[in-house]
Amino acid sequence: MHLSELSIVNFKNIQDANFELSEKVNCFLGNNGAGKTTVLDAIYYLSFCKSFFNPIDSQNIRHDEGYFVLDGKFFLDGESERIFCGLKRNEKKKFKRNQKQYDRLADHIGVIPLVMIAPSDTALIREGSDMRRKFMDGIISQYNKAYLDTLLHYNRLLAQRNAMLKHQWAEGKYDTTSLEVFDEQLHAHGTELHLERKRFLEGYLPIFSNFYQLISGGAEEVNIVYQSQLSEAPLLNLLTEHRKRDYRAQYTTQGIHKDDLEFTIGEYPMKKFGSQGQKKSFVTSLRLAQFDYLKELKQRKPILLLDDIFDKLDDNRVAALMKLVSEDHFGQIFITDANLHRVPDLFKDENVPLKKFVVEKGSIDQL
Amino acid sequence: MELPSKLLEKTVSYFESLPGVGRRTALRYTLQLLKMQKEDALNFGASVIKLVEELGFCSICHNVSDGDICQICAHPKRDTETICVVEDLRDLLAIESTSQYYGVYHVLGGVISPLDGIGPKDLHFESLVSRLAEGTCKEVIFALPSTMEGDTTSFYMFKRLKDFNIKTTSLARGVAVGNELQYTDELTLGRSIQGRLPYDNAMRTF
Repeated sequence: MHLSELSIVNFKNIQDANFELSEKVNCFLGNNGAGKTTVLDAIYYLSFCKSFFNPIDSQNIRHDEGYFVLDGKFFLDGESERIFCGLKRNEKKKFKRNQKQYDRLADHIGVIPLVMIAPSDTALIREGSDMRRKFMDGIISQYNKAYLDTLLHYNRLLAQRNAMLKHQWAEGKYDTTSLEVFDEQLHAHGTELHLERKRFLEGYLPIFSNFYQLISGGAEEVNIVYQSQLSEAPLLNLLTEHRKRDYRAQYTTQGIHKDDLEFTIGEYPMKKFGSQGQKKSFVTSLRLAQFDYLKELKQRKPILLLDDIFDKLDDNRVAALMKLVSEDHFGQIFITDANLHRVPDLFKDENVPLKKFVVEKGSIDQL
Repeated sequence: MELPSKLLEKTVSYFESLPGVGRRTALRYTLQLLKMQKEDALNFGASVIKLVEELGFCSICHNVSDGDICQICAHPKRDTETICVVEDLRDLLAIESTSQYYGVYHVLGGVISPLDGIGPKDLHFESLVSRLAEGTCKEVIFALPSTMEGDTTSFYMFKRLKDFNIKTTSLARGVAVGNELQYTDELTLGRSIQGRLPYDNAMRTF
């Protein structure tokens, strides 16, 4: 699967661009603010029906213009497919596949599988546990529909139980029977989710570690540990034990909503002891492993977008990563870089189809 | 939309407070009232007053009733050994219109949803418990919506009624009658497989 032609009109800072792409490596080179990342965002948009950066569609229209248009010609299993998105200010966006408009945007998501690796990914290490749960849930629910349903159900039960705790506290009446009703349901759903998360990590970890070793050249050991209260005891026991405490705290202190993924380097937490480059290598490997899951699921190679990937990595890691993604395991790749020579030099000796584009003030020219 | 009369404004805003009615529709209803024969409009108003003042609820099952006991509870042919628990009047009417049920009802008046401020105490549970304590009932059917709140409520009742040694049943869930399997959503079909039934004579009649 690959994108062969892309046309961008009035999208963010690109006024009008139309170019043909290589089915393997494409690099967009230029200074800060030139519009390199905008090109990647346009491709992201055609896959996910929204911008990676800005969810407010009207702000993705170029200043002082009335509309934007993105038009991509893809090849899927040898067939050509045109994906079109047009948005006029103050109107609903039109999303079309081969001239036919989608009724529901959700129907399009998954048609063009895509993984984006962006500088903001390091938030997965830096931020709270909910980011990591979301990351894990996002991958699992792509291949397991029942998982997402169970998760939504669990979250709703949790909200109801918390509301009941608040209610009981306000009235000063501790009532176990009505809490038990929620506890037993939370137990059933929570246990299912816990097992599925455990199963997921068992399959994901070796793929992830392999990518990390390839990028780092085996320089350090990294690990992901699934932390869950449910590993200690069945959820029902935990909820029963902590019921009185939950009542005083007015929220549910036990359950899979407290799960976390602990990222370690050596034996120590990545968050505190990893260098910038190690963190970048770590999240890049997380995404590449996600790529493998998506590839397996869709039975085609997702498009890979690498935004500003060279920012924090040393030369060895950059070279290792480029060698890795140019292998046949990966499909079409898009890379942005502010340095005009680095990427072309890296691929100089490899026999890889490569196209270079210079991006300047929102206009794009092939070198 | 500013209205030129305070009287008009007041009526319009009352219509607007009804579910599914927006401001334009509310205005349309109000103007229609003014267009009516004066007598009809007054009868309309009087019936609302009478409804609110006089309509009562059955002291046994909490169904709406003109007297102390509703028509269903008072009916001599109804089987009082089976009680069907429903959320509200609409669900009761839906089950009545199937003509497949000859037992009596118990109207809870809602389902447990702490997020909406509704706990077990805000529903007609205690009267159900005291009905069962009388000892004539042999089976309770939970006919609550197939939502998380409905399930929670059924589960709560199940726990509360455990000690009564009464049969508790729940409505069957699965493929709708007359539906093609391929068009049934994954969740329903999955549940139908899990909750499959032994095939016997009863199934053939569907």
